[in-house]
Amino acid sequence: MAVLDMRDVSLTYHPSEGPVPAVRHVDLSVDAGEVVGVAGESGCGKSTLISTVLRLYPKSATVDGEVLVDGENVFDMKWNRMRAVRWGEAAVVFQGALHSLNPIQRIGKQLVEPILVHDKGATEASAMKKVRELLDQVGLPTRHVNAYPHQLSGGQKQRIMIALALTCDPKVLLCDEPTTALDVMVQAQILDLLKGIARDRAMGMLIISHDLSVLSTNCDRIAIMYAGQVVEQGPALDLFQNPAHPYTRALMGAFPTIGDGESRYAPTGLPGDPPFPGDLPSGCSFHPRCAIATDECSTVNVVLEPVGPGRDAACIHVNQGVGAP
Amino acid sequence: MTTDTAPTVAIPSVRAIRWKRRQVATARFIRAFSRYRSGLFGVGILLFFVAVAVSAPYVFPEYLLDPNANLSNSVYAPPSAEFYYWMGTDDLGRSVLAELAWGARPSLVVGILASIMAMIIGTLVGIASGHFRGFFGGSMERLTDWFLVLPFVPTVIVLQAVLGETTIWITVIVLGITSWPGTARLVRAQTLSVEARPYIERAKVLGNSDWAQMVRHILPNVMPLVIANTTLTVAIVILSMTTLAFLGLLDPNLISWGGMLDSADATGAALQGAWWFLIPPGLCVIAVVLAFTLIGRTLEVVLNPRLGSN
Amino acid sequence: MAQQEPGGVSDAALDPTEFGRVQRPSRVSGIGRFTARRLLTGLGTLAFVLVFNFFLFQMLPGDPLARYKGAREISAEDLAALRQELESPLWEQFFNYVKDPLQLDSYSTIQGKPVWEVIADALPWTLILLGTSTLLATVIGIWIGIRAGWNRGSKFDKNSTGITLFLYATPEFWLGLLLILFFSTGFWIFPGIFPSGSAIGSGLDPWTVDGVISIAWHTVLPAASLAAVYLADYSLIMRASMVDELGQDYLMTARAKGLMDRAIRRGHAVPNASLPTITLIFLNIGFIIGGAITVETVFSYPGLGLLTWNAIQADDLPLLQALFLFFSVSVIVFNMIADIVIAAIDPRIRL
Ligand SMILES: Nc1ncnc2c1ncn2[C@@H]1O[C@H](COP(=O)(O)OP(=O)(O)OP(=O)(O)O)[C@@H](O)[C@H]1O
Ligand code: SF4
Ligand SMILES: [Mg+2]
Repeated sequence: MAVLDMRDVSLTYHPSEGPVPAVRHVDLSVDAGEVVGVAGESGCGKSTLISTVLRLYPKSATVDGEVLVDGENVFDMKWNRMRAVRWGEAAVVFQGALHSLNPIQRIGKQLVEPILVHDKGATEASAMKKVRELLDQVGLPTRHVNAYPHQLSGGQKQRIMIALALTCDPKVLLCDEPTTALDVMVQAQILDLLKGIARDRAMGMLIISHDLSVLSTNCDRIAIMYAGQVVEQGPALDLFQNPAHPYTRALMGAFPTIGDGESRYAPTGLPGDPPFPGDLPSGCSFHPRCAIATDECSTVNVVLEPVGPGRDAACIHVNQGVGAP
Repeated sequence: MTTDTAPTVAIPSVRAIRWKRRQVATARFIRAFSRYRSGLFGVGILLFFVAVAVSAPYVFPEYLLDPNANLSNSVYAPPSAEFYYWMGTDDLGRSVLAELAWGARPSLVVGILASIMAMIIGTLVGIASGHFRGFFGGSMERLTDWFLVLPFVPTVIVLQAVLGETTIWITVIVLGITSWPGTARLVRAQTLSVEARPYIERAKVLGNSDWAQMVRHILPNVMPLVIANTTLTVAIVILSMTTLAFLGLLDPNLISWGGMLDSADATGAALQGAWWFLIPPGLCVIAVVLAFTLIGRTLEVVLNPRLGSN
Repeated sequence: MAQQEPGGVSDAALDPTEFGRVQRPSRVSGIGRFTARRLLTGLGTLAFVLVFNFFLFQMLPGDPLARYKGAREISAEDLAALRQELESPLWEQFFNYVKDPLQLDSYSTIQGKPVWEVIADALPWTLILLGTSTLLATVIGIWIGIRAGWNRGSKFDKNSTGITLFLYATPEFWLGLLLILFFSTGFWIFPGIFPSGSAIGSGLDPWTVDGVISIAWHTVLPAASLAAVYLADYSLIMRASMVDELGQDYLMTARAKGLMDRAIRRGHAVPNASLPTITLIFLNIGFIIGGAITVETVFSYPGLGLLTWNAIQADDLPLLQALFLFFSVSVIVFNMIADIVIAAIDPRIRL
């Protein structure tokens, strides 16, 4: 059964310059024990998508659709219930772990906090015991409970963030670029750690990354996002070896080297910039950059359609393109 | 501004391009600034007081301020319908309204000039202490710290005693000398953060002189911050000057709002209920200080890209 | 650097097998080291102030002897000795000064008492006024700042920012004059209920109940004038830091953890946001010791400010010199305390 089920989810920001539809009609589900990857260029709405699960978006943003966490729609929840679901049912490993910890509080205190909030039976001592165990599980010495964030390296902080996310045994773990800003060695370790955790705890995991190749080796399924929409999804290896959507193919060309942070800003074989969600092209949002676009692409409304076993893609020419199944 | 620089040649000159770019930047700045109502409000107040300061000698002839020319007037007469005496009279029978108008002049002149002086000293010291390592940079930093701990009023008194008589220009110098350390600290911090950027590294590697680095790279980057800070400094300087005037440490012949309050206090205006000599000068000080504060805060947001959004 | 600091582990990523290079971080030793270092720089600044003080007062025009004689009874021999000292070369005078920078033997010319005794008499009053006004300004100012910053753009924020900006622009002595007009003289509908001269009713012993009540009564108006102006300062800074802090990532973490709004604010946002305000409060305490001159003169409140004012009026240079030194030292000391308090709260400072 799906522990996380997003149905037709949309989110629109409302800054003073005008509405920004950052996520549009996304369907995505994660089963218990499954690892799902989401890839896409910077600004395509990946973090925004995650923010809908715990309703961490700004008050002014408007949402639509349903996000079911363990069968319960978060958009319908009262604040009390929402607070209980936060961290209790679903937890987040935030993008940019470097700043996601309170700089003037000891690690231990920050990790104990959610346990004390969510588990009414927990005592200061029992919570601390659990925190020590978790630090051990993520491969850190337990004495780090006394450290301050600035005393730790980037990789160590990322492990702390993972331990923090596990403190309340959530059913869903949302990881927002858990490995960006880390070097390759540490990146691999962190991903191994996350994979192991998902397997051992049978939790659903959503991993966001710029790096498609990283996802392909670590996820069961992958969804590709473009301009706030999922444009393709399918089993990880199948999708990686056999991309159907022209954007996915371009995106793969964009990652010649694993872990080269710069290359993601200059995708090869993909001219132009990603569109700003406040000002989207008509028809298929990808058509101005698409190598096989036709006139039709700028008028037709494209939606996800099955293109193979467990595979969907949103492209009207998907079967005419090069390399399509 | 004029259009007679008609583009006769196809290729626009460097100066024309620069001029164009500056025009565009100015337009963008004005648009950004005018989005803030409080900033516009500040500009409005300031313009009003500038107008008052400029027109004071024409509207209120100087004899109104001469104690000997007003001997026949009654002392502390309450406000009356006659224009000059809308605000009543002071402890010497002079028109309070005329004093208020004339008092705008020293506030603006001293406030702006002393702040510019503080800006120049503070920017130089700040950039120097941020850019140079070692002994020179260190001493500049210490110097800033030292000036920061000097007690204001005693320092002013001693400085004035050393500099001789108390003319308005001495006041400008004294306030300039005592107001720069805040700017220096700010500029130092900004210099350090600018120097941490890669292109300064490159400039250094390419062998640009210290001077070139400071003028070409650092100065343009600290300038927006300095301008916003200087506007806020004007507010503080005007308050400081009011304090000095109130303590009788300004040129006694100068009509100023602080000086009016000094007379009011010395002659017991509060105890006699002469509110018209007490409340208006304070409100004028508040208005002008508030104007510079509002403008400064708006500039801070508009000129600082980090705060700019939202 | 990284080798000396047991806390610095930023390059642990180079050696992925070794995650535990943090030695037990101890708050005590870190803060102890920081305090020691801070005391040293404080002493450095102090030394400069002493030297500066000497030369500044050397530069003053006029007959130096007149400044030091004042109301003191002085024998002819002493006078001759003093004159000889004052006419000795500058370096010799400087040497004498360095030997005794506090000038313990110098006399106030107006009061005919040793300067430090004069200062000691006025100090308690200043401390009462300073303590009351700082307490008021801190509590109210921080409360307003937190609330306005947390609810940015709300009605409370707009109103309080307007009012505090207005107070920020207000000269404190003018506020004092108004308070006298309204609450001491009594004006229009306002009752004149508070006294506005001195710090205690005449003839009362401060160590009796009546004395204490009288002192409290006399403190109300001057403390209110000071507090109003400084609370504006604190609430504006506190609001700005709160707004800064609201955009920080760690607050998103706190929200995601499922904390109540109040817990996020009290447990995370406020402690982080309070650092600049704490610095400012301590700096201001240092300055107000010497900076309440105008308020104290308006209320004839017999603290150090009024003393300074009287010394200025009477050209009492020895007293002025001592006050100058005392004020500088108090700023230096509170500056130092501010840095140490901040370091105790914020571990990043202690590096
Ligand atoms: N609070 C906000 N108000 C208005 N627009 C926003 C807000 N947050 C994000 N956006 C816009 O929404 C779009 C999606 O942002 P989001 O952070 O979800 O992208 P992302 O895919 O996570 O990018 P990255 O890979 O850089 O993290 C962007 O265009 C961004 O500018
Ligand atoms: S619909 Fe057209 S433009 Fe969009 S991806 Fe397919 S081919 Fe390209
Ligand atoms: Mg993101």
